[in-house]
Order: sequence, then structure tokens, then C-alpha cells
Amino acid sequence: MSEEYQKYYVPAQSPWPIVGAVALFFIAAGAGLTVMQMEQESSHGHYLLFAGIAVLLYMLVGWFRNVISESHGGLYSMQMDRSFRQGMSWFIFSEVMFFAAFFGALFYARMLAVPWLGGDGNNVMTGEVLWPEFTSAWPLENTPDGTSTQAMGWQGLPLINTIILLVSSVTLQFAHTAIEKDKRTPLTLFLLLTIVLGICFLGLQAYEYVHAYQDLGLKLDSGIYGNTFFLLTGFHGLHVTLGTIMLIVVWIRVLKGHFSSEKYFAFQAAAWYWHFVDVVWLCLFVFVYVL
Amino acid sequence: MSTAAATHEHHGPATGIKRWLFTTNHKDIGTLYLLFSLLMFLTGGAMAMVIRAELFQPGLQLVDPHFFNQMTTVHGLIMVFGAVMPAFTGLANWMIPMMIGAPDMALPRMNNWSFWILPFAFAILLMSLFMDGGGPAFGWTFYAPLSTTYSNDNTALFVFAIHIMGISSIMGAINVIVTIVNLRAPGMKWMKLPLFVWTWLITAFLLIAVMPVLAGAVTMVLTDKYFGTDFFNAAGGGDPVMFQHIFWFFGHPEVYIMILPAFGIISTIVPTFSRKKLFGYSSMVYATASIALLSFVVWAHHMFTTGMPLAGELFFMYSTMLISVPTGVKVFNWVATMWRGSISFEAPMMFAIAFIVLFTLGGFSGLMLAITPVDFQYHDTYFVVAHFHYVLVTGAVFSIMAAAYYWLPKWTGHMYNTRLAKWHFWMSLISVNVLFFPMHFVGLAGMPRRIPDYALQFADFNAIISIGGFAFGLSQLLFVAVVFKCIKAGEKAPAKVWDGAEGLEWQVASPAPYHTFETPPEVK
Repeated sequence: MSEEYQKYYVPAQSPWPIVGAVALFFIAAGAGLTVMQMEQESSHGHYLLFAGIAVLLYMLVGWFRNVISESHGGLYSMQMDRSFRQGMSWFIFSEVMFFAAFFGALFYARMLAVPWLGGDGNNVMTGEVLWPEFTSAWPLENTPDGTSTQAMGWQGLPLINTIILLVSSVTLQFAHTAIEKDKRTPLTLFLLLTIVLGICFLGLQAYEYVHAYQDLGLKLDSGIYGNTFFLLTGFHGLHVTLGTIMLIVVWIRVLKGHFSSEKYFAFQAAAWYWHFVDVVWLCLFVFVYVL
Repeated sequence: MSTAAATHEHHGPATGIKRWLFTTNHKDIGTLYLLFSLLMFLTGGAMAMVIRAELFQPGLQLVDPHFFNQMTTVHGLIMVFGAVMPAFTGLANWMIPMMIGAPDMALPRMNNWSFWILPFAFAILLMSLFMDGGGPAFGWTFYAPLSTTYSNDNTALFVFAIHIMGISSIMGAINVIVTIVNLRAPGMKWMKLPLFVWTWLITAFLLIAVMPVLAGAVTMVLTDKYFGTDFFNAAGGGDPVMFQHIFWFFGHPEVYIMILPAFGIISTIVPTFSRKKLFGYSSMVYATASIALLSFVVWAHHMFTTGMPLAGELFFMYSTMLISVPTGVKVFNWVATMWRGSISFEAPMMFAIAFIVLFTLGGFSGLMLAITPVDFQYHDTYFVVAHFHYVLVTGAVFSIMAAAYYWLPKWTGHMYNTRLAKWHFWMSLISVNVLFFPMHFVGLAGMPRRIPDYALQFADFNAIISIGGFAFGLSQLLFVAVVFKCIKAGEKAPAKVWDGAEGLEWQVASPAPYHTFETPPEVK
């Protein structure tokens, strides 16, 4: 195991972290001000927000360019590769916990909060005194204060979307097999197919939102059902968007001839991320749409 | 390639401000974290002084109640996210690579990013104090509906500041885990790891598991306040109690995030000055892991009075009491390590012994609070304030002081003024007890926390508490003096500063060279 302890690459000074910190400062302050100024006529917060996003993109391009050229320069050992892989795995774990918070809210609302409002447990008087008209149900189509909406069914679009994402995970797995055997053509094609499926998913999801707002009257503010529906599917959609961007970058790098059958961390990371958003969708499909 | 392979071989520190802005060096970043933490400690401390000045007498004298609320809130946020957590991360940065024989942290650039997010995050948080409407005033726990229906319009800034602090913590924690798992020197087997490394490994796991949940909680507060959602509003089918469940699912592991590294520090210092091996090394490791796992199933003991089914109250009472078992193992082991050791009382050891006694005291009051029926009396009184200040000030903060006095000579290459350090210790020890001990009494007598005024019968105790508070605050200036004098000058420190010390960090010179262990040492 001589490669095990070959010199670990410690980069020299880099400007990217501080650029990234400034970017997050602009994004956080800009997003805060944007939200605070939503109801005012003149607002300037979003300029700061967009500036922050621009700086962040500049940072990401520059930082990854450095990392890729260092990798191509042969500065990275297998140990470095393991650091990257472990780092990515723990990042995905943190994302799992982020979704766990919203799933927790969903379960708490439907198993405890809504039944209690309807008088379950020892809460008979709660319903009687506060909202005598209210009856507990899930999906919660009529809230205690009288907002009403319609639930989103699971047949049709959501089911098609589930199939699309499941198929995309399979095509990505084919691409993975291809990269391991260094077969560039199937790798390029299967990766491209995965990206196309991802974009289809996003398009259909956008269509579903339009349908929800226009036909069902299901909105972000239509009570706890709409809240959990839109925050869970919305954050999932954001993650699919991010995953698609990652896959597109990896695809461009494949076209440029990057990666070998031994070293393909970026591909691996994007693939893990994609499977992760797929699993999150399956949980969503079961707990938000079907049940 | 153009990324000159030759230049990265022996890059020493750059000069001027660029060294600190662009650095990838774990020692530089550790120093940045520690200095930032000190600055935040003094800032949060100044806010505590405002609180104690207002509470010196009953009635409203110095500040208006809204500003008082902002002070209690921002004091808590700064001390938790700005002082204690960055101090531990700074210690992790400095010590973990040296303790495990690694050349640096596993992901050095990301390490710098983690740090530099923090000053900006706190700039946003503090900025809101000076805006129309003021800063966050709903307590550091930002319970709904205080943070949703009744908060001021600047709450969005608080939310996004918390978001980027979380990003910083998660990246820092990922770096720590990957460094420990992947960069140990050959022969540094798991059960040979120094306990500080073990405790930080488990802490980092907790951070990655719960910081995203905090992000989820603040996001729901944001949408409830600005986008019309009803997560924490019963009228829309939500529940304000749900906020507390989500928050404390983060919050309880968070308090262990602030104490597990302290356990690691004490387990390092006590053997050194007892000149004995740590008693029960493996039981320490298992106890740390047990505490961490149990921390995920005790959260609702913060909410016994908010309304829960009886089965829930009982479950959370028993699971909480269970935590005292592994914690007891730890206290036993520290005492057993000192038993028949040839103990010497240098400044780090004095803080460590004070930690063991006073942290245990805070643990006992925690055990009292864990008992559901009596918690109905203690809830939201100064008894709770006394409890968590014993575990966080005489616990976490004292351990950080101990660590600073233990490793300062290694960091700076100079011995500090030990006389001044001992003055700091005794002043702190006496004043901190004058400050927090009487809070038990006023709490048991029913004085509520977070209120700028109080009933007349609490006047005498509050005057005493405030005097203790001012004395404790002033004593910390001694610490600042010791640290900066030590950075500038002092007697030259040898490689092995303490004769009983063990570990790889004592095998390198003092001050530790800019790069250590570029080729990993062999650990026997």
C-alpha cells in the first residue's frame, strides 16, 4: 500500500473561499432585504441578491477550474479522492436531514396537530371552543379558519413524474457502468438521456404547479396541506435543478474527454446526488401524494 | 501543469492581510476562529452586562423592554453560534491534524470558506440591531408565534444569517470528520485516537445531523412570517408546539455539540497534570457515543409544560435521566484519573478541576429539570438560567479557557504569564459562582427569565448576581491580557511544555512549524 501514504496535496493560498464568503454575505443580506421589501414600492434588496449569486457562480467556476487543473496535473492521490468522496457523502447526509425537518413537519401535522384540532385525544374542548365547525381530515382541504382548497391526486402527472425519475436513475446507472469500462459513447448518450429526463421532470413539475394554482386553488398559503406540499415538492424541485446542472457540467466534461475508468469523482458525486433526489422523490410520492 | 507543483512544496506563510484572507493552513484558520470567538465572547459579554445592569434594581431604569429583549436574544445567539462553537472549531483546526499526524485538514480551501462566512453572518445579525424596528427580540430559541406573528420586520435578516452560519458549521464538520477518518497517520488506530479527536468526531456527526434541521426550522419561520404559510399557526391546521419540536430536535443535540469537545479537552488535561494515563479510555469513547445517540431522543424535555400526551412526557423524562449514566461514567473516570496521581495545579488544570466540579453541579440541576412534575415549577424561571449557565460557562467556556492555557505555548512559542493566568482563574471562579449560584434561589422562588423587571422580594439576590456578573465580565479582560502578552513575547517554550503531556502535538517544536507532518509520522 505505498500509494496509501503518498504525499497529501495541500493547496497554496487561494482567493476563492473569501470570494465565496462575500458571495454568501450578499446572498443572505440580499435575500433578507428582498423578503422584507416585498410589499414596498421601491426595493433594492434583489440587486444585492443577484450580485451575490453572480459572485457565487464566478467563485464556483474559478474554484472548480483550479481543482480540475490540479487533478489533471496529477497532484491528487487516491487518498485525496477518498476525502472528496467522503465529503460528498456527508454533504448528502446533511441534505437528507434538511428534508427530514419538512417530513417531520408533515407527519406531525397530519398525525397529531390536525387530529387534535378536530378534538382527538383529550382535546375535545379545543375544537368546541375555537372552531366548532372544523372536522379533522387529511388532505386538509378545509382549514379551521375556513380556507378551502383541493388536494392533488397521485394519478396522472405525479405518477408519470415518478416513472421519469426512476428511469433516469436507471439510465444514470448505465452511464456509470459505461464510465467504469471507459466506453465513451454509451456514457455520453446515457448521461444525456438522464439530463433530458431531469429536464422533463422539471417541466412537468412546473406544469403541475400551474395546474394546482389555477384549477385546484391549491396554493402555498392554503393551510398546512398546501404548505407542506409546496415546500417539500419545491425544495425537491430545487435539488433536481441543482442535480441537473451538476450532470450537465459532468456531461460537458465527458465531451471534453475528462475522467478515466479509475478517476471520475465528479461523475460519482453528481450520480450520488441524483440518486439521492430520486429517493427523496419516492418518499414524497408516497407520503405527500398517495397516502 | 501550470499549477506549479514545485511551489506548493514549501510555501510558508504569506505576508500581510493576504495571509489571513487567502490561507489554506489549518493553524492560520484555527487562529482566526479562536480570535473571532474571543471577539464574539466579549461582544456577547457586553450584552450580558447590559442585561445585568438593567436587572441590578427592580423597575425599568436603563433600557426599554424591547431593547432588553434584543439583548437577551442576541446574547444567546452570539454566545452559542459566535463564541462557543467557533472556539471549539478553532481548537479542532489547530489540534486535530497535529494530534493524528495529518499534514493539514482534509479540505483546506473549504476550511477557509467555513471560517470567513462567520464574520459576515454575524455582521448581518448585528446590523439588524441598528435598523428601524431593531434586531431579533424573541429569545435565541425564536419560538413561534413570537418569531412569526409578533416579530419585527427585520426577522428575514436573522433567518438568512442563521442559514449561512449553518452552512459554515456543516462544512466545518464535514472537514473534521473526513480529516479524522481519512488522514490519520499510519498506526493511529481508532482506539489510539486522543479523546479530543474522538469527541470532535462525534460532535461533527451531530453537527451534520442537526444543523440542517435548524435550517428547516428558520425556513418555516420565514414562510410563516412573509409568505402566508401556517406551519406554526393552528388556524391553518399547523401548531405552534410543532415549532418547538423541530427546534429542539436541533437544539438538544446542539447543547451536546457545545459540551462533547469540552469533555475531550478535560480528558486531555487531567491525565497530563495527574501524570497518569486516562482512567477508562474505552469507556470514555463509548460514553461519548452514547450521549450523542441519546441526544436525539430527549428533545421534548424542554417542553414539558407546553402540552404533550402523558406517554410523551414520561418517555422524555426517562430518556433524559438515562443520559446521566454515560455522563456519570465520564465524571467518575476523571476523578479516578486524579486518584493517587501526582497532581500539580497549573492554570489549565485549575480550570479543568473547576470544570469537573461545576459542570457536575450543572448536571445535577439538569437532572432536577428532567423530572417532569417538578419541571412544572422550574420551567422558564431563573433556575433554568442557572442550570444552563453552569454547564455552558463553567462547563464549555471553562474548558475553552483550560484548552487555551494548555496549548497557548504550543501555538505562540511563548510561555504566558502564569501569575496573571492564576489571577484570572481565581477571579473567574469566585465571580462566576456569585453570578450564577443565587440564580438557583430566585428561580426556585419563581422569578421568570427574560423579563426586564421583577418583584421586590428578588431585589437583594439580583443585586448580588449583577455584582458577580460585572466582576466576571471584568475578569475576562485578564484573559485577553494574558493571551495578547503571550502572542507578543514571553519566556521561550520547549517542544514539550508540560512534563506529563502525551501526544503527537508535543513532538513538534513550539511554536508549531507552519507545516507539520508533511510526511506522516509512524505511530507505535
